[in-house]
Amino acid sequence: MNAPLRRVAISVIALFTLLILNVNYIQVVRSSELRKNPSNTRVLYEEYDHERGSIVIDGNPIALSERTDDKLTYLRRYPAGPVYAPVTGAYSLTYGNSGLERVENDVLAGSDSRLVVRRLGDIFTGRDPAGGNVSLTLDPAVQEAAMSALNGVTGAVVALDPKTGAILALASTPTYDPNQLASHDPAAIRAYQQSITPAEGSGDADPRSNQAIGERYSPGSVFKLVIAAAALESGDYTPATAIPAPNVLTLPGTSTPLNNYNSESCNGGADQPLIDALTISCNTAFAQLGIDLGEDEVRSMAEAFGIDDGDGFDMPLHVVPSSIGDIADAAALGQSSIGQKDVQLTAMQAAMISAAIANGGTLMKPYLVDSIQAPDLTVIDQTDTEELGQPVSADVAGELTQMMTSVVENPNGTGRKARIDGVQVAGKTGTAEVGTSGDDKPPHTWFTGFAPADDPQIAVAVFIKNGGRSGTEGTGGDISAPIAKQVMQAYLDARGND
Amino acid sequence: MTGPSTDPRTPPAGTTPPKRRGTELALLGFAVVITLAAQCIVDLTVTGSLSPELATFGTWFTALWAVAHLVVRRFAPYADPLLLPCVAVLVGLGLVMIHRLDLAGSQVGGSTTGEDAPVQLLWATVGLVLFVAVLLVVRDHRVLSRFAYTLALLGLVLLAIPAVLPASISEVYGAKLWIRVAGFSIQPGEFAKICLIIFFAAYLVDKRDVLALASRRVLRLELPRGRDLGPVVLAWIASILVLVFERDLGSSLLLFGIFVVMLYVATERASWLVIGLILFAGGAFVAYQVFGHVRVRVDTWLDPFAYQDTGGYQIVQSLFGLGTGGLFGAGLGGGRPDQTPVAKSDFIASAIGEELGLFGLVAVIVVYLVLVERGLRTSLVVRDGFGKLLAAGLAFAVAWQVFVVLGGVTGLLPLTGLTTPFLAYGGSSLVANFGLVALLVRISDAARRPVAPAPAPQPKLVDAPTEVVQR
Repeated sequence: MNAPLRRVAISVIALFTLLILNVNYIQVVRSSELRKNPSNTRVLYEEYDHERGSIVIDGNPIALSERTDDKLTYLRRYPAGPVYAPVTGAYSLTYGNSGLERVENDVLAGSDSRLVVRRLGDIFTGRDPAGGNVSLTLDPAVQEAAMSALNGVTGAVVALDPKTGAILALASTPTYDPNQLASHDPAAIRAYQQSITPAEGSGDADPRSNQAIGERYSPGSVFKLVIAAAALESGDYTPATAIPAPNVLTLPGTSTPLNNYNSESCNGGADQPLIDALTISCNTAFAQLGIDLGEDEVRSMAEAFGIDDGDGFDMPLHVVPSSIGDIADAAALGQSSIGQKDVQLTAMQAAMISAAIANGGTLMKPYLVDSIQAPDLTVIDQTDTEELGQPVSADVAGELTQMMTSVVENPNGTGRKARIDGVQVAGKTGTAEVGTSGDDKPPHTWFTGFAPADDPQIAVAVFIKNGGRSGTEGTGGDISAPIAKQVMQAYLDARGND
Repeated sequence: MTGPSTDPRTPPAGTTPPKRRGTELALLGFAVVITLAAQCIVDLTVTGSLSPELATFGTWFTALWAVAHLVVRRFAPYADPLLLPCVAVLVGLGLVMIHRLDLAGSQVGGSTTGEDAPVQLLWATVGLVLFVAVLLVVRDHRVLSRFAYTLALLGLVLLAIPAVLPASISEVYGAKLWIRVAGFSIQPGEFAKICLIIFFAAYLVDKRDVLALASRRVLRLELPRGRDLGPVVLAWIASILVLVFERDLGSSLLLFGIFVVMLYVATERASWLVIGLILFAGGAFVAYQVFGHVRVRVDTWLDPFAYQDTGGYQIVQSLFGLGTGGLFGAGLGGGRPDQTPVAKSDFIASAIGEELGLFGLVAVIVVYLVLVERGLRTSLVVRDGFGKLLAAGLAFAVAWQVFVVLGGVTGLLPLTGLTTPFLAYGGSSLVANFGLVALLVRISDAARRPVAPAPAPQPKLVDAPTEVVQR
């Protein structure tokens, strides 16, 4: 029996070697991946022993760590709580990190390679290693104006500096109080989490989902900007070119009628200049224009603005991709051209369209983090601005600006409620039908634009899910335009206006 | 096992072979020192001061091994000197880890409470009593083969008890393998395992010639006669029954694996391994199709992170612990092993990996390997066939159980409900394994004892009472 015994002995060694190899794989090869997993509460517990870096705006912290006498030494505090929750996220013992607390965790926790040299210094000087600070591009006046304007509705506001791509406001409602999730009392955290989690099937938005960058919706007439851009860029159109604007457009190859808002007439059925069609947001004119341009022109212009259905991008919070979907035929192209069908944009994407037009046709990559600072506040990394592309030429951008200014400043314009005294505003409204007809859900309302039209300093997008409070009567012009006005005005006022 | 072996049975003329009891004592002392040092570190790290119970613990723990050593020195003087120290360091580390998890309740978000370490120390003491009793009563392991069928019956009864008891008494976490009476829970399967190994050894020694008969060759394999398949099929059916009625994947796998390997050792026919594998594969496939709990185990094994909030929570937490521990570990008391559910019992290995790191966990695995290989070496050296098979079965049982459990908590295999021998919290497992080691010690004593003045088996032993093995 000794021969098989020896083989059994060798097999046991082989089995145990397998165990040891596997443990090596987990504890060495996968160690850092497992440590960084946001569900790994162990690392959180360890981090609570060190002073975590702050998230600051112009040197004022919106997230900071304070020393306590608890067993967990440092408590995370958010002085303005819900106002910046869509940006900061929360640093939670029980549920892991979210928002910037998650994506900038390496810097805040002090483990980022850019901080390592300083940490070595900490070891020699015997100081506790502290995390670095993350300084943001946000403007407090704009963010506060946006969050207070969205109070009570589900919606989003994105404001960009069109020249650089710096994000001035990133607002999303409903919001929540990150202080409650960052508490040191797991029971209280769980209770709060329960209280903000919408009931199953209620259809209410979860406060922790970011409506500005994490969700995408039908943009409605806001998408006409892309169609107009494609038309002008083709060289066959100018703002004055008269285009067909029938009272009802029967979609090609179908018997489906496409109506204007409230079944109104655009120009008594006669052809209409492109600028007028945009000013009153004529559906039939733009559906026909899109069909005339063809899918390739429409799709390539959409992609040039960033609507590419790709992987989205990180700014450094992740922005989900926007999409115009598959376009099966000319009928679908007609519907897509007025931002219905499968066209889906994030509020961030809508703001990027305005920002590119405002910036002479050059699209800047939006960014939220201005700089990374060491614990002693010296800047160790400054974000460089980045061009994403040139969807339209400077001339076309000028023509689009002229048309968008008409939307707000013309007496017939749909965006009149975005007007600001003494400043020319450019913009476009959107009112997106949700679901099939007969559905009593109110439409989504949009506004995107920039100001001042002649020297753009801020570009915004305002999105309200299901038209906010005003029921089916609310349009982008009624609901979203006034919010865009407040947000832009807050910025211009804060900068002393020009 | 393959190296040059010095046979202790044939010492140079005129000398007595070394007993190595001094080696055992020194190693035991080392194990005790490691344990006590670890216990101090845990107290200092978690509470900042040494607890007053430390002295009691130290004295008690030291006394345990002193007694064990003295009993071995007196009643099994030629026993393998490494077996006991391996057990001592494993039991010691287990106690330290359980104590450390007891203290986790005082940490923020700590989810483990209770004072389980003293209970475990008590169980270790009961285990030691069994160890001593086995050595005192079973003076010659060959005696056991006479009670083979009695032990088989006892083993089957022990195995079956939880299945027939109402779930309120026998079910914990969905597996029906307990007897819970008056605050105590006993897992009779742990004792059944040993009874059945003794039976297998006796039965296979008896029948090995028949079972080794080959009838035809298929694909270069010598297949046994159809009617000789009986025993392996019976063992397979018994394993399946355990799986069906007790929903215990682990015990089922353990028993079948041990039986097949013992069959292979007894008959020297690799065909039995192949037949075993085929039966296992068939059983596993059917079990996956039929039993929801088996399917859950397999699915969470294949992609634990997809189920990290449900069925995969345990294994994901275990992986987090291991990954966070890394090479050197968080240090005793420095990690958060309490974040893993049932860290004291099923997942104690991942707690060790978290706090002692890769080095600590590999050290523990190597200690197991030493224990198993010393057991297998005993099997190689011992003269009688029954002793050989019994030692091989017992040693392989430890190896197989360690492999299945550690493979489970490290994601190498699907999770099973088996306990980590000697380390994990749980009285039945600890006590039964003390009994298992006592048998190994007894056989190794016989293996290393010089042949020359062959002591005739004393007739008195034949009549030795057998109550002990019924525990």
